[in-house]
Amino acid sequence: MAQFLGYRRENGDVGVRNQIAVIPSVFCANYVAKGVAGQISGAVAFPHPCGCGQHGKDLEQSFNTLTGIGQNANFGAVLVIGLGCERIHASELAARIAQTGKPVEFFNIQEVGGSIKAIEHGVRIGRRLAMGLSAKKRELCDISALKLGLKCGGTDATSGIVSNPALGLAVDRIIAEGATAFLSELNELLGTENILRRRAKTPEIYEQIASALQECERVLERLTHGIARTSEAAALVSPGNFSGGVSSVSEKALGGIHKSGSCKFSGVLNYAQRPHENGLFLMKAASNDCDVVTSQAAGGAQIICFVTGVGTPTGFPGVPVLKITGNSKTYHKMEDDIDINAGGVIDGEITFPQIGGRIYDEILAIAEGKPTKAELLGHDELWAIGRYECY
Amino acid sequence: MVSKRMLVLAPQDNVGVLLEDARKGDTAVCGGVEVVCLDDIEFCHKVALTDIMCHADFMKYGEIIGYALRDIKKGEWVHIHNLDDVRGREGKL
Repeated sequence: MAQFLGYRRENGDVGVRNQIAVIPSVFCANYVAKGVAGQISGAVAFPHPCGCGQHGKDLEQSFNTLTGIGQNANFGAVLVIGLGCERIHASELAARIAQTGKPVEFFNIQEVGGSIKAIEHGVRIGRRLAMGLSAKKRELCDISALKLGLKCGGTDATSGIVSNPALGLAVDRIIAEGATAFLSELNELLGTENILRRRAKTPEIYEQIASALQECERVLERLTHGIARTSEAAALVSPGNFSGGVSSVSEKALGGIHKSGSCKFSGVLNYAQRPHENGLFLMKAASNDCDVVTSQAAGGAQIICFVTGVGTPTGFPGVPVLKITGNSKTYHKMEDDIDINAGGVIDGEITFPQIGGRIYDEILAIAEGKPTKAELLGHDELWAIGRYECY
Repeated sequence: MVSKRMLVLAPQDNVGVLLEDARKGDTAVCGGVEVVCLDDIEFCHKVALTDIMCHADFMKYGEIIGYALRDIKKGEWVHIHNLDDVRGREGKL
Protein backbone atom coordinates (compact mmCIF):
# COMPACT_ATOMS: atom_id res chain seq x y z
CA MET A 1 0.00 0.00 0.00
CA ALA A 2 1.35 3.42 -0.97
CA GLN A 3 2.29 5.82 1.79
CA PHE A 4 3.16 9.50 2.03
CA LEU A 5 4.59 11.86 4.61
CA GLY A 6 1.73 13.84 6.17
CA TYR A 7 0.70 15.54 9.39
CA ARG A 8 -1.29 13.12 11.53
CA ARG A 9 -3.98 14.90 13.55
CA GLU A 10 -5.55 14.07 16.92
CA ASN A 11 -8.58 12.30 15.35
CA GLY A 12 -6.53 10.23 12.87
CA ASP A 13 -7.10 12.57 9.90
CA VAL A 14 -3.97 13.47 7.95
CA GLY A 15 -3.06 16.96 6.75
CA VAL A 16 -0.86 17.67 3.74
CA ARG A 17 -0.21 21.20 5.06
CA ASN A 18 0.29 22.44 8.63
CA GLN A 19 -1.43 25.82 8.79
CA ILE A 20 -3.60 27.84 11.13
CA ALA A 21 -7.10 28.75 9.95
CA VAL A 22 -8.39 32.11 11.19
CA ILE A 23 -12.16 31.89 10.70
CA PRO A 24 -14.62 34.74 11.26
CA SER A 25 -17.96 33.34 12.47
CA VAL A 26 -19.65 36.31 10.79
CA PHE A 27 -18.70 38.84 8.09
CA CYS A 28 -18.43 41.55 10.78
CA ALA A 29 -15.21 39.86 11.95
CA ASN A 30 -13.58 39.70 8.48
CA TYR A 31 -11.36 42.74 8.98
CA VAL A 32 -9.99 41.48 12.30
CA ALA A 33 -9.51 37.92 10.95
CA LYS A 34 -7.51 39.23 7.97
CA GLY A 35 -5.52 41.53 10.26
CA VAL A 36 -4.62 38.66 12.56
CA ALA A 37 -3.74 36.14 9.82
CA GLY A 38 -1.55 38.72 8.07
CA GLN A 39 0.72 38.90 11.09
CA ILE A 40 1.15 35.19 11.82
CA SER A 41 3.40 33.04 9.67
CA GLY A 42 1.48 30.02 8.36
CA ALA A 43 -1.95 31.48 9.13
CA VAL A 44 -4.70 31.95 6.53
CA ALA A 45 -7.92 33.95 6.93
CA PHE A 46 -11.33 32.85 5.64
CA PRO A 47 -13.34 36.08 5.20
CA HIS A 48 -16.92 35.54 3.95
CA PRO A 49 -20.30 37.32 3.62
CA CYS A 50 -22.33 34.96 5.90
CA GLY A 51 -23.01 34.19 9.56
CA CYS A 52 -25.98 36.48 10.26
CA GLY A 53 -29.27 37.54 8.64
CA GLN A 54 -29.64 34.00 7.30
CA HIS A 55 -32.31 31.42 7.99
CA GLY A 56 -33.05 27.71 8.01
CA LYS A 57 -31.19 25.55 5.54
CA ASP A 58 -29.11 28.43 4.17
CA LEU A 59 -27.85 29.29 7.67
CA GLU A 60 -27.20 25.60 8.35
CA GLN A 61 -25.20 25.24 5.13
CA SER A 62 -22.99 28.23 6.01
CA PHE A 63 -22.47 26.86 9.53
CA ASN A 64 -21.54 23.43 8.16
CA THR A 65 -19.12 24.97 5.68
CA LEU A 66 -17.29 27.04 8.32
CA THR A 67 -17.17 23.98 10.59
CA GLY A 68 -15.82 21.79 7.80
CA ILE A 69 -13.06 24.24 6.88
CA GLY A 70 -12.00 24.39 10.54
CA GLN A 71 -12.05 20.59 10.73
CA ASN A 72 -9.98 20.14 7.52
CA ALA A 73 -6.79 18.30 8.48
CA ASN A 74 -4.56 20.77 6.59
CA PHE A 75 -5.18 23.12 9.51
CA GLY A 76 -3.43 21.99 12.69
CA ALA A 77 -5.00 24.73 14.80
CA VAL A 78 -7.90 27.14 14.42
CA LEU A 79 -8.75 30.59 15.73
CA VAL A 80 -12.45 31.56 15.46
CA ILE A 81 -13.29 35.25 15.73
CA GLY A 82 -16.86 36.48 16.31
CA LEU A 83 -18.45 39.87 16.76
CA GLY A 84 -20.66 38.79 19.68
CA CYS A 85 -24.29 39.22 18.55
CA GLU A 86 -24.39 37.07 15.38
CA ARG A 87 -26.40 33.99 14.42
CA ILE A 88 -23.34 31.75 14.04
CA HIS A 89 -21.78 32.30 17.42
CA ALA A 90 -18.00 31.98 17.69
CA SER A 91 -18.17 29.75 20.79
CA GLU A 92 -20.51 27.30 19.06
CA LEU A 93 -18.44 27.20 15.85
CA ALA A 94 -15.24 26.69 17.89
CA ALA A 95 -16.87 23.85 19.86
CA ARG A 96 -17.91 22.07 16.64
CA ILE A 97 -14.41 22.38 15.16
CA ALA A 98 -12.85 21.24 18.45
CA GLN A 99 -14.63 17.86 18.11
CA THR A 100 -11.62 16.91 15.97
CA GLY A 101 -9.38 17.28 19.05
CA LYS A 102 -7.22 19.98 17.41
CA PRO A 103 -6.37 23.18 19.32
CA VAL A 104 -9.19 25.70 18.75
CA GLU A 105 -9.55 29.12 20.38
CA PHE A 106 -12.14 31.87 20.00
CA PHE A 107 -13.05 35.38 21.14
CA ASN A 108 -15.60 38.11 20.35
CA ILE A 109 -14.66 41.59 19.14
CA GLN A 110 -17.38 43.27 21.26
CA GLU A 111 -15.95 41.69 24.42
CA VAL A 112 -12.30 42.47 23.63
CA GLY A 113 -13.10 46.10 22.85
CA GLY A 114 -13.07 46.85 19.10
CA SER A 115 -10.97 46.17 16.03
CA ILE A 116 -7.50 47.26 17.09
CA LYS A 117 -7.58 45.53 20.47
CA ALA A 118 -9.11 42.45 18.81
CA ILE A 119 -6.29 42.22 16.27
CA GLU A 120 -3.71 42.48 19.03
CA HIS A 121 -5.54 39.85 21.09
CA GLY A 122 -5.84 37.56 18.06
CA VAL A 123 -2.19 37.92 17.09
CA ARG A 124 -1.12 36.90 20.62
CA ILE A 125 -3.35 33.80 20.48
CA GLY A 126 -2.25 33.03 16.90
CA ARG A 127 1.42 33.26 17.83
CA ARG A 128 0.89 30.75 20.63
CA LEU A 129 -0.94 28.37 18.26
CA ALA A 130 1.85 28.74 15.67
CA MET A 131 4.51 27.87 18.27
CA GLY A 132 2.57 24.70 19.12
CA LEU A 133 2.21 23.71 15.45
CA SER A 134 5.88 24.30 14.69
CA ALA A 135 6.76 21.18 16.69
CA LYS A 136 4.61 19.00 14.44
CA LYS A 137 6.59 16.67 12.11
CA ARG A 138 5.49 14.81 8.98
CA GLU A 139 5.18 11.04 9.43
CA LEU A 140 4.42 8.11 7.12
CA CYS A 141 0.68 7.83 6.54
CA ASP A 142 -1.40 5.49 4.42
CA ILE A 143 -2.63 6.91 1.11
CA SER A 144 -6.16 5.94 2.14
CA ALA A 145 -6.13 9.06 4.36
CA LEU A 146 -6.24 11.26 1.25
CA LYS A 147 -9.44 12.97 0.16
CA LEU A 148 -9.38 14.59 -3.27
CA GLY A 149 -11.76 17.22 -4.60
CA LEU A 150 -12.39 16.89 -8.36
CA LYS A 151 -13.31 19.95 -10.39
CA CYS A 152 -13.01 21.35 -13.87
CA GLY A 153 -13.28 24.98 -14.91
CA GLY A 154 -12.58 26.94 -18.07
CA THR A 155 -13.60 23.80 -19.94
CA ASP A 156 -12.93 23.29 -23.63
CA ALA A 157 -13.38 20.14 -25.66
CA THR A 158 -9.89 18.88 -24.71
CA SER A 159 -11.11 18.58 -21.10
CA GLY A 160 -13.59 15.87 -22.05
CA ILE A 161 -11.32 13.89 -24.36
CA VAL A 162 -7.91 14.22 -22.66
CA SER A 163 -7.45 15.81 -19.25
CA ASN A 164 -10.58 14.56 -17.47
CA PRO A 165 -10.00 10.92 -18.60
CA ALA A 166 -6.30 11.26 -17.61
CA LEU A 167 -7.25 12.51 -14.14
CA GLY A 168 -9.80 9.68 -13.99
CA LEU A 169 -7.01 7.12 -14.34
CA ALA A 170 -5.19 8.62 -11.34
CA VAL A 171 -8.44 8.77 -9.36
CA ASP A 172 -9.24 5.10 -10.11
CA ARG A 173 -5.81 4.12 -8.77
CA ILE A 174 -6.11 6.24 -5.62
CA ILE A 175 -9.65 4.99 -4.89
CA ALA A 176 -8.46 1.38 -5.40
CA GLU A 177 -5.82 2.12 -2.76
CA GLY A 178 -8.56 3.04 -0.29
CA ALA A 179 -8.68 6.83 -0.57
CA THR A 180 -11.65 9.15 -1.05
CA ALA A 181 -12.70 11.55 -3.81
CA PHE A 182 -15.57 13.99 -4.30
CA LEU A 183 -17.26 14.69 -7.63
CA SER A 184 -19.63 17.69 -7.60
CA GLU A 185 -20.95 20.04 -10.30
CA LEU A 186 -24.45 18.51 -10.18
CA ASN A 187 -25.76 20.76 -12.95
CA GLU A 188 -22.95 19.48 -15.14
CA LEU A 189 -24.00 15.88 -14.70
CA LEU A 190 -27.28 16.37 -16.56
CA GLY A 191 -27.18 13.90 -19.44
CA THR A 192 -24.88 11.40 -17.70
CA GLU A 193 -27.66 9.41 -16.00
CA ASN A 194 -26.93 6.22 -18.01
CA ILE A 195 -23.30 6.28 -16.86
CA LEU A 196 -24.17 7.13 -13.26
CA ARG A 197 -26.67 4.25 -13.15
CA ARG A 198 -23.91 1.80 -14.15
CA ARG A 199 -21.47 3.34 -11.69
CA ALA A 200 -23.66 3.47 -8.55
CA LYS A 201 -22.63 0.77 -6.05
CA THR A 202 -26.27 -0.16 -5.42
CA PRO A 203 -29.66 0.71 -6.99
CA GLU A 204 -30.45 2.69 -3.81
CA ILE A 205 -27.37 4.86 -4.34
CA TYR A 206 -28.44 5.49 -7.94
CA GLU A 207 -31.86 6.59 -6.63
CA GLN A 208 -30.12 9.12 -4.37
CA ILE A 209 -28.01 10.36 -7.30
CA ALA A 210 -31.03 10.62 -9.62
CA SER A 211 -33.04 12.50 -7.02
CA ALA A 212 -30.17 14.96 -6.45
CA LEU A 213 -30.01 15.61 -10.21
CA GLN A 214 -33.80 16.07 -10.45
CA GLU A 215 -33.74 18.56 -7.56
CA CYS A 216 -30.91 20.45 -9.28
CA GLU A 217 -32.70 20.49 -12.65
CA ARG A 218 -35.90 21.84 -11.05
CA VAL A 219 -33.97 24.78 -9.58
CA LEU A 220 -32.23 25.37 -12.92
CA GLU A 221 -35.53 25.42 -14.79
CA ARG A 222 -36.71 28.16 -12.42
CA LEU A 223 -33.48 30.16 -12.72
CA THR A 224 -33.37 29.98 -16.52
CA HIS A 225 -37.06 30.90 -16.94
CA GLY A 226 -37.61 32.61 -20.28
CA ILE A 227 -34.33 31.48 -21.83
CA ALA A 228 -35.17 29.96 -25.19
CA ARG A 229 -31.82 28.49 -26.21
CA THR A 230 -28.96 26.78 -24.39
CA SER A 231 -26.55 29.02 -26.28
CA GLU A 232 -27.93 32.23 -24.70
CA ALA A 233 -25.58 33.97 -22.31
CA ALA A 234 -27.59 33.33 -19.14
CA ALA A 235 -27.86 29.61 -19.77
CA LEU A 236 -25.75 26.76 -18.45
CA VAL A 237 -22.61 26.85 -20.55
CA SER A 238 -20.11 29.72 -20.52
CA PRO A 239 -18.92 31.62 -23.62
CA GLY A 240 -15.42 30.15 -23.20
CA ASN A 241 -16.86 26.62 -23.25
CA PHE A 242 -18.67 27.38 -26.52
CA SER A 243 -15.59 28.77 -28.25
CA GLY A 244 -13.69 25.71 -27.02
CA GLY A 245 -16.05 23.47 -28.98
CA VAL A 246 -18.47 22.44 -26.21
CA SER A 247 -22.03 22.89 -27.52
CA SER A 248 -24.35 21.86 -24.67
CA VAL A 249 -24.53 21.15 -20.96
CA SER A 250 -24.92 17.43 -21.70
CA GLU A 251 -21.76 17.41 -23.82
CA LYS A 252 -19.89 19.25 -21.06
CA ALA A 253 -21.24 16.77 -18.50
CA LEU A 254 -20.30 13.68 -20.52
CA GLY A 255 -16.75 15.01 -20.73
CA GLY A 256 -16.67 16.18 -17.11
CA ILE A 257 -17.74 12.92 -15.51
CA HIS A 258 -14.55 11.21 -16.78
CA LYS A 259 -12.48 12.99 -14.14
CA SER A 260 -13.97 10.61 -11.55
CA GLY A 261 -12.58 7.62 -13.46
CA SER A 262 -14.60 4.44 -13.77
CA CYS A 263 -14.92 3.44 -10.09
CA LYS A 264 -18.27 3.05 -8.34
CA PHE A 265 -20.05 5.75 -6.34
CA SER A 266 -20.41 4.93 -2.63
CA GLY A 267 -23.04 7.57 -1.89
CA VAL A 268 -24.31 11.14 -2.09
CA LEU A 269 -23.13 13.86 0.31
CA ASN A 270 -24.73 17.20 1.12
CA TYR A 271 -22.86 20.45 0.62
CA ALA A 272 -19.74 20.47 2.85
CA GLN A 273 -20.60 17.06 4.38
CA ARG A 274 -17.80 14.78 5.55
CA PRO A 275 -18.20 11.13 4.46
CA HIS A 276 -18.28 8.38 7.11
CA GLU A 277 -16.35 5.94 4.93
CA ASN A 278 -13.76 6.07 2.16
CA GLY A 279 -14.52 5.86 -1.57
CA LEU A 280 -15.94 7.99 -4.38
CA PHE A 281 -18.85 10.29 -3.47
CA LEU A 282 -21.13 12.63 -5.34
CA MET A 283 -21.23 15.87 -3.35
CA LYS A 284 -24.20 18.19 -3.82
CA ALA A 285 -22.55 21.36 -5.04
CA ALA A 286 -23.22 23.20 -8.29
CA SER A 287 -20.71 24.15 -10.94
CA ASN A 288 -19.36 27.50 -9.73
CA ASP A 289 -15.66 26.89 -9.06
CA CYS A 290 -15.74 28.62 -5.66
CA ASP A 291 -18.92 26.89 -4.42
CA VAL A 292 -17.58 23.48 -5.39
CA VAL A 293 -14.00 23.72 -4.13
CA THR A 294 -15.19 25.27 -0.85
CA SER A 295 -17.68 22.42 -0.34
CA GLN A 296 -15.01 19.81 -1.11
CA ALA A 297 -12.46 21.42 1.25
CA ALA A 298 -15.15 21.63 3.95
CA GLY A 299 -15.89 17.94 3.35
CA GLY A 300 -12.26 17.20 4.20
CA ALA A 301 -10.44 17.31 0.84
CA GLN A 302 -6.75 18.05 1.46
CA ILE A 303 -5.97 18.43 -2.28
CA ILE A 304 -8.10 19.67 -5.19
CA CYS A 305 -7.46 18.28 -8.69
CA PHE A 306 -8.63 20.95 -11.11
CA VAL A 307 -8.86 20.35 -14.87
CA THR A 308 -8.92 23.33 -17.22
CA GLY A 309 -9.12 23.74 -20.98
CA VAL A 310 -8.79 27.46 -21.66
CA GLY A 311 -6.82 28.06 -18.45
CA THR A 312 -7.54 29.44 -14.97
CA PRO A 313 -5.11 30.64 -12.27
CA THR A 314 -7.22 30.17 -9.11
CA GLY A 315 -6.35 28.61 -5.75
CA PHE A 316 -7.72 27.98 -2.26
CA PRO A 317 -6.30 29.10 1.11
CA GLY A 318 -4.46 26.25 2.83
CA VAL A 319 -5.64 23.56 0.37
CA PRO A 320 -3.40 22.98 -2.69
CA VAL A 321 -5.14 23.13 -6.07
CA LEU A 322 -3.43 21.06 -8.79
CA LYS A 323 -4.12 22.38 -12.32
CA ILE A 324 -4.17 20.00 -15.28
CA THR A 325 -4.88 20.93 -18.89
CA GLY A 326 -5.36 18.81 -22.01
CA ASN A 327 -4.69 21.79 -24.25
CA SER A 328 -0.98 22.26 -25.02
CA LYS A 329 -1.56 25.80 -26.36
CA THR A 330 -3.14 26.78 -23.03
CA TYR A 331 -0.28 25.20 -21.09
CA HIS A 332 2.36 27.10 -23.02
CA LYS A 333 0.44 30.38 -22.69
CA MET A 334 -0.28 29.95 -18.95
CA GLU A 335 2.64 27.86 -17.73
CA ASP A 336 2.92 30.08 -14.61
CA ASP A 337 -0.47 28.82 -13.45
CA ILE A 338 -0.84 25.26 -14.73
CA ASP A 339 1.00 22.29 -13.20
CA ILE A 340 0.51 19.46 -15.71
CA ASN A 341 0.11 19.39 -19.49
CA ALA A 342 -1.76 16.30 -20.66
CA GLY A 343 -2.09 17.70 -24.21
CA GLY A 344 0.70 15.45 -25.52
CA VAL A 345 -1.86 12.63 -25.64
CA ILE A 346 -3.55 14.32 -28.64
CA ASP A 347 -0.27 14.47 -30.58
CA GLY A 348 0.75 10.95 -29.59
CA GLU A 349 3.73 12.19 -27.55
CA ILE A 350 2.55 10.48 -24.36
CA THR A 351 0.01 7.75 -23.62
CA PHE A 352 -3.00 7.88 -21.30
CA PRO A 353 -1.42 5.46 -18.78
CA GLN A 354 1.76 7.58 -18.75
CA ILE A 355 -0.03 10.86 -18.09
CA GLY A 356 -2.36 9.20 -15.56
CA GLY A 357 0.76 7.98 -13.73
CA ARG A 358 2.27 11.47 -13.81
CA ILE A 359 -0.87 12.96 -12.25
CA TYR A 360 -0.86 10.25 -9.55
CA ASP A 361 2.83 10.95 -8.75
CA GLU A 362 2.17 14.70 -8.66
CA ILE A 363 -0.73 14.23 -6.21
CA LEU A 364 1.59 12.31 -3.87
CA ALA A 365 4.37 14.91 -4.25
CA ILE A 366 1.89 17.68 -3.37
CA ALA A 367 0.69 15.60 -0.41
CA GLU A 368 4.29 15.56 0.84
CA GLY A 369 4.66 19.33 0.58
CA LYS A 370 5.47 20.21 -3.03
CA PRO A 371 3.66 23.51 -3.69
CA THR A 372 1.28 23.83 -6.62
CA LYS A 373 1.72 26.81 -8.94
CA ALA A 374 -1.44 28.46 -7.54
CA GLU A 375 -0.09 27.97 -4.03
CA LEU A 376 3.30 29.51 -4.91
CA LEU A 377 1.57 32.66 -6.15
CA GLY A 378 -0.78 32.84 -3.15
CA HIS A 379 -4.00 32.36 -5.13
CA ASP A 380 -6.97 32.06 -2.74
CA GLU A 381 -10.03 33.15 -4.70
CA LEU A 382 -11.85 29.79 -4.67
CA TRP A 383 -12.95 30.25 -1.05
CA ALA A 384 -16.65 31.24 -1.04
CA ILE A 385 -19.51 29.66 0.85
CA GLY A 386 -22.14 28.23 -1.52
CA ARG A 387 -25.63 29.48 -0.68
CA TYR A 388 -28.51 27.04 -0.35
CA GLU A 389 -30.28 26.05 -3.59
CA CYS A 390 -27.88 28.06 -5.73
CA TYR A 391 -26.98 26.00 -8.79
CA MET B 1 -6.60 15.21 -50.40
CA VAL B 2 -5.67 17.03 -47.17
CA SER B 3 -6.24 14.65 -44.29
CA LYS B 4 -6.97 15.84 -40.72
CA ARG B 5 -6.97 13.73 -37.55
CA MET B 6 -10.35 13.13 -35.93
CA LEU B 7 -11.54 11.29 -32.81
CA VAL B 8 -14.74 9.24 -32.71
CA LEU B 9 -15.41 8.38 -29.08
CA ALA B 10 -18.03 5.61 -29.36
CA PRO B 11 -19.31 3.38 -32.20
CA GLN B 12 -22.85 4.81 -31.99
CA ASP B 13 -21.64 8.45 -32.27
CA ASN B 14 -22.82 10.54 -35.23
CA VAL B 15 -20.31 13.35 -34.62
CA GLY B 16 -16.50 13.23 -34.55
CA VAL B 17 -14.03 15.64 -32.87
CA LEU B 18 -11.33 17.32 -35.00
CA LEU B 19 -7.89 16.93 -33.42
CA GLU B 20 -6.49 19.74 -35.60
CA ASP B 21 -7.91 22.75 -37.44
CA ALA B 22 -9.60 21.66 -40.70
CA ARG B 23 -10.50 23.73 -43.78
CA LYS B 24 -13.55 23.25 -45.98
CA GLY B 25 -12.74 20.34 -48.32
CA ASP B 26 -10.27 18.64 -45.94
CA THR B 27 -10.97 15.01 -45.04
CA ALA B 28 -11.32 14.18 -41.34
CA VAL B 29 -10.04 10.67 -40.63
CA CYS B 30 -10.38 8.34 -37.66
CA GLY B 31 -9.39 4.73 -38.40
CA GLY B 32 -11.74 3.59 -41.17
CA VAL B 33 -14.11 6.57 -40.75
CA GLU B 34 -13.63 9.39 -43.26
CA VAL B 35 -15.70 12.50 -43.84
CA VAL B 36 -15.15 15.51 -46.13
CA CYS B 37 -15.59 18.77 -44.15
CA LEU B 38 -18.22 21.08 -45.64
CA ASP B 39 -17.10 23.97 -43.37
CA ASP B 40 -13.88 25.24 -41.76
CA ILE B 41 -13.84 23.38 -38.43
CA GLU B 42 -11.55 24.35 -35.55
CA PHE B 43 -9.50 22.07 -33.30
CA CYS B 44 -11.80 20.18 -30.90
CA HIS B 45 -15.00 21.21 -32.69
CA LYS B 46 -17.41 18.59 -34.06
CA VAL B 47 -18.20 17.33 -37.55
CA ALA B 48 -21.32 15.37 -38.56
CA LEU B 49 -20.42 11.80 -39.56
CA THR B 50 -23.79 11.17 -41.27
CA ASP B 51 -26.79 13.17 -42.47
CA ILE B 52 -28.84 14.05 -39.37
CA MET B 53 -32.54 14.98 -39.64
CA CYS B 54 -34.05 18.02 -37.93
CA HIS B 55 -34.91 17.18 -34.25
CA ALA B 56 -32.83 13.96 -34.32
CA ASP B 57 -30.28 13.42 -31.52
CA PHE B 58 -26.57 14.13 -31.74
CA MET B 59 -24.51 11.35 -30.15
CA LYS B 60 -21.01 11.80 -28.64
CA TYR B 61 -19.37 9.63 -25.94
CA GLY B 62 -22.13 7.15 -26.89
CA GLU B 63 -24.74 9.44 -25.28
CA ILE B 64 -27.12 12.21 -26.36
CA ILE B 65 -25.53 15.68 -26.32
CA GLY B 66 -28.40 17.59 -27.94
CA TYR B 67 -30.74 17.64 -30.92
CA ALA B 68 -30.56 19.09 -34.45
CA LEU B 69 -32.24 22.47 -34.98
CA ARG B 70 -32.44 21.74 -38.74
CA ASP B 71 -31.41 19.05 -41.24
CA ILE B 72 -27.64 18.54 -41.08
CA LYS B 73 -25.47 17.20 -43.92
CA LYS B 74 -22.61 14.75 -43.41
CA GLY B 75 -19.43 16.84 -43.06
CA GLU B 76 -21.11 19.95 -41.58
CA TRP B 77 -19.69 21.69 -38.53
CA VAL B 78 -21.94 20.86 -35.54
CA HIS B 79 -22.16 23.54 -32.85
CA ILE B 80 -24.63 25.92 -31.19
CA HIS B 81 -25.87 27.30 -34.53
CA ASN B 82 -27.45 23.94 -35.39
CA LEU B 83 -27.53 22.06 -32.05
CA ASP B 84 -29.60 22.73 -28.95
CA ASP B 85 -30.05 20.88 -25.66
CA VAL B 86 -33.10 20.70 -23.42
CA ARG B 87 -31.45 19.73 -20.14
CA GLY B 88 -31.73 22.09 -17.18
CA ARG B 89 -34.26 24.49 -18.65
CA GLU B 90 -37.99 24.82 -19.06
CA GLY B 91 -39.88 24.54 -22.34
CA LYS B 92 -38.47 21.16 -23.35
CA LEU B 93 -39.16 19.86 -26.84
